[in-house]
Amino acid sequence: VNGVPLLSIVIWLPVVGAALLMIIDNKDGQRDRLIRHLTLGVSLLTFAATLLLWAGFDTSQSGPEFQFVERLRWIPAFGIEYYLGIDGMSLMLLVLTGFLTPIALLSSWEGIERKVKEFSVFMLLLETAMLGVFAALDLFLFYVFWDFVLIPMYFLIGVWGYDQRIYAAVKFILYTMAGSVLMLVAIIGLSWIHQQATGQYSFDLLRLYQLDVADNLQYWFFLAFTVAFVIKVPLFPFHTWLPDAHVQAPTPGSVILAGVMLKMGAYGLVRFSFPLFPEAALYFAPYLALLSVIAIVYGALVAMVQPDMKKLVAYSSVSHMGFVVLGIAAMNLQGVQGATYQMLAHGVSTGGLFCIVGMLSDRRHTRLISEYGGIKKIVPRLTAASLIITLASIGLPGLNGFIGEFLIMLGAFRWDPRFVVVAGLGVILSAVYMLWMFQRVYYGEVTDDHNRHMPDLSLREWAVIGPLCAAAVYMGVLPNVFLKPMEPAITRIVQRMESREPLQVRLNPPRALGAISSNAQGPGDGLPGADRRHDGIPSNAEGRRGLAIAAVGQEPGPARGAR
Amino acid sequence: MFSAQFDAVIPVICLAMAGLAVMLAESFRLKNESMPLGGLAIIGLLGAGAASAFLWDRTATSFGVVTADNFALFVNLVLVAVGLLTVFFTSQTAARDHLPTGEFYTLMLFSMVGMMLMVQASDLLLIFLALETMSIAVYVLTGIRRDQLASTEAAFKYFLLGAFASSFFLYGIAFIYGITGSTSLDRVGSVIAAQSMSGNPMILLAVGLLLVGFGFKIAAVPFHMWSPDAYEGAPAVVTGFMSTGVKAAAVAAFARVFLTALEPMINEWAPVLWVVAAATMIVGTVLGVAQTSLKRMLAYSSIAHGGYLLVGLVAGNDVGKAAILFYLAAYALTNLGAFGIIALLGERTRANDDLRDYAGLWYSHPGLATLMTIFLLSLGGFPPTAGFIAKWYVFSAAVGAGYYGLAIIGVLSSVVSVFFYLRIVVMMYMSERDARPVPAPVTTMALTALGIAVIGVLYLGVLPTQVIDIAQDSVATIF
Repeated sequence: VNGVPLLSIVIWLPVVGAALLMIIDNKDGQRDRLIRHLTLGVSLLTFAATLLLWAGFDTSQSGPEFQFVERLRWIPAFGIEYYLGIDGMSLMLLVLTGFLTPIALLSSWEGIERKVKEFSVFMLLLETAMLGVFAALDLFLFYVFWDFVLIPMYFLIGVWGYDQRIYAAVKFILYTMAGSVLMLVAIIGLSWIHQQATGQYSFDLLRLYQLDVADNLQYWFFLAFTVAFVIKVPLFPFHTWLPDAHVQAPTPGSVILAGVMLKMGAYGLVRFSFPLFPEAALYFAPYLALLSVIAIVYGALVAMVQPDMKKLVAYSSVSHMGFVVLGIAAMNLQGVQGATYQMLAHGVSTGGLFCIVGMLSDRRHTRLISEYGGIKKIVPRLTAASLIITLASIGLPGLNGFIGEFLIMLGAFRWDPRFVVVAGLGVILSAVYMLWMFQRVYYGEVTDDHNRHMPDLSLREWAVIGPLCAAAVYMGVLPNVFLKPMEPAITRIVQRMESREPLQVRLNPPRALGAISSNAQGPGDGLPGADRRHDGIPSNAEGRRGLAIAAVGQEPGPARGAR
Repeated sequence: MFSAQFDAVIPVICLAMAGLAVMLAESFRLKNESMPLGGLAIIGLLGAGAASAFLWDRTATSFGVVTADNFALFVNLVLVAVGLLTVFFTSQTAARDHLPTGEFYTLMLFSMVGMMLMVQASDLLLIFLALETMSIAVYVLTGIRRDQLASTEAAFKYFLLGAFASSFFLYGIAFIYGITGSTSLDRVGSVIAAQSMSGNPMILLAVGLLLVGFGFKIAAVPFHMWSPDAYEGAPAVVTGFMSTGVKAAAVAAFARVFLTALEPMINEWAPVLWVVAAATMIVGTVLGVAQTSLKRMLAYSSIAHGGYLLVGLVAGNDVGKAAILFYLAAYALTNLGAFGIIALLGERTRANDDLRDYAGLWYSHPGLATLMTIFLLSLGGFPPTAGFIAKWYVFSAAVGAGYYGLAIIGVLSSVVSVFFYLRIVVMMYMSERDARPVPAPVTTMALTALGIAVIGVLYLGVLPTQVIDIAQDSVATIF
């Protein structure tokens, strides 16, 4: 593998495919078939390339933190580099992206009839941008990918979506962009602090990790980064764009949105917000956890009353992603490990749920639960597949959803049990709304005669749902295949946080950079509400530094944690 | 050496010669004889561009009032690009709109003489002369379609308000002269620095008057009122030309005056300009949201972009100065591309610049719609386009100078601006095509211009290194 820029190949392969597609003349759609096959081929090739990355990845504890590193000077005047590298967490997310993209493409095989070429181009551009987000180690490069993701997604929703697509597309792009631009200011601020400290600009993440950012800026920078990320996650109360975008997006858009894009936010929290601003992160962690348990319960409750299956799944995403943020906020080995595992599991199971909703609405052109009922006898294979995915989403032991949620609650329990009590409620509620939907759609008598002639899974649909079911089972039975590569990365991330104490001081808004280098802690009036101390919440350090037992299975945890 | 005296004005001379040649050719033209007047203009522009490139790093001066430092030459090159693209687009629209081509190219070239002189001038009086040369030609260009009431009205409004603003500017120069005894920028700067006259009310008044004059030309809030009307009324090619050329020249002169002669007073004028920049960004974007005419919408957008340019000026650091240059290049290419497409889609009797006119453009003209999308994304500041790098550059300057607030206002207003750029995109891609007459096919010349613009926009967005380095070198030598 030496000398071959495999990571770049993975990232840019879809763009090459998109460029190929663009030169195909497809004025009246006579080459749609060729285009569909070519797109699928490119995405499968990309998936194969991500698997090659996995095969070449050194998963041992002593391995280098970031592998497949590529560095090229891009804008040297500002120390901006084309700097890529992956650790175990990035690796798994790359594999997830590579896995879900062909499935999303297959799920839309016949559903997309207009402008197939352009649709395929946007899907491939989207894949490149998402892969780039997970592999970029230069903050500027990261932001470029991060921001670019919005454009193809905007078109996917806006052109190929359902009735309210324009509203949903505009809301999606404005909402997420409003969060991101403040992060851009914070990124610029970081590069200037680095310039003041060392005389050089740098956007190199690993160098910026070592930067000692003054408290008052940490506070604001953390907020800027975190708001961008939690909007993407989306965390309550920033979730309102999600149901619209999900419901209006075409099936492949929903699959990618739920499967991969939401993970970008959670990934950002783990990779950027927490390690870059550890003191501020510890200070804000209880707030994040509070919002995440609200999201868990709120998302579940709202999901329960949805008449529309797609909206139900969308709100269930809010609930499940709440678990992810809770695990991250706990910032101990189990919590973060659980969070990253939940990201993968949620990608598979929610991707699967959207595929199933897409299949049903392809047949009946409605997503309302009340339109169905009793279709178990008519489409037994589809029902079986749905059952597996539904149970995976609920978190049945033996399926993928269980591992993540269990680890998250384990981690959160060691930090603050009260959050777990509420989160546990979410687990129960998720069983309620998912099973209730399953019951209303598949069981009982056939109430609507239109349903009597639904065809069962076609070969293409097998190719969509089969791998998802297999992945759900595989991830549930052999979690260590996925946990082990991520463990060294997560151990390092948690260790970076361990020696830190939360911010103690109240802050002034940043005025000039003069205040940055001096570690002055402005005593001023600060934010209203920020002054409240969380007396009830035990010291973070205690919960975090404690025993780090082996996550799941026989793999021993990091020895250094056990003291 | 006698000949060396003229070095710095060679670019200007090239344009003036071309302008004269076009004028002569037009006056000796037979009634129905067709002449390649655009070709003459192109030759003149290429000459000016070559001369500017040749003078690079030589820091030539002529007559003590015209300098050809790299800063000016960079802007000259941007102006040459603006001129070339305008000529290319005009070559298609002139016949359709029955524009008097001779007059059009003459006026355009003479206004560019003014622009380049304004950028190169190192004396306040020359700046004023150049500003007037530029402005008067542009007033006439605005009203060049005499058969259209809107065009004439726009020209008249522009002229009245512009003349008013020019007098403010001249008054400012008079005060400066009265206080410092000179109009030369170097001299004024050293006198102000030496006598530390920061608190002197007379000098503050003078600075304020100059600020009004420049603010008017770059359409900074609250001196922006003329621009939506003028931009909407003028033919689209002229709007593209003045929204980029006039703005580039005025911003460059603004930066030169305020960052050299008035640099010692930066603490006095920076807070004022902070407010102006913030107001310009906010007003430009917020009012842009309410527009339904594309030209008017882009007029407000170009007000907002003036605000972003001012952010670089307020920052006043090296990054900011270079950012202004980069921003001008990025903005010129992007905006000209967008206005070029508007011009190409127009008809003789109707500008076709209503938002509804763009419904379903993607289905009827996929190529033009794609290009328009790229230009709009660049205006909105999305990667990987020039607009993103440019915005990052100015905000980086602002953050570096400690102006976090201004940077935050800037990024948030750019989100708002995305809303109205996307309205156009929504129309083009997500609405059904109305039964509209299909405009004439795009000629090779206009296609070349679009190609140059889009390649430029993507080049500056993906590989900005070279231009950033040049921009940094350009400002290092003079300020």
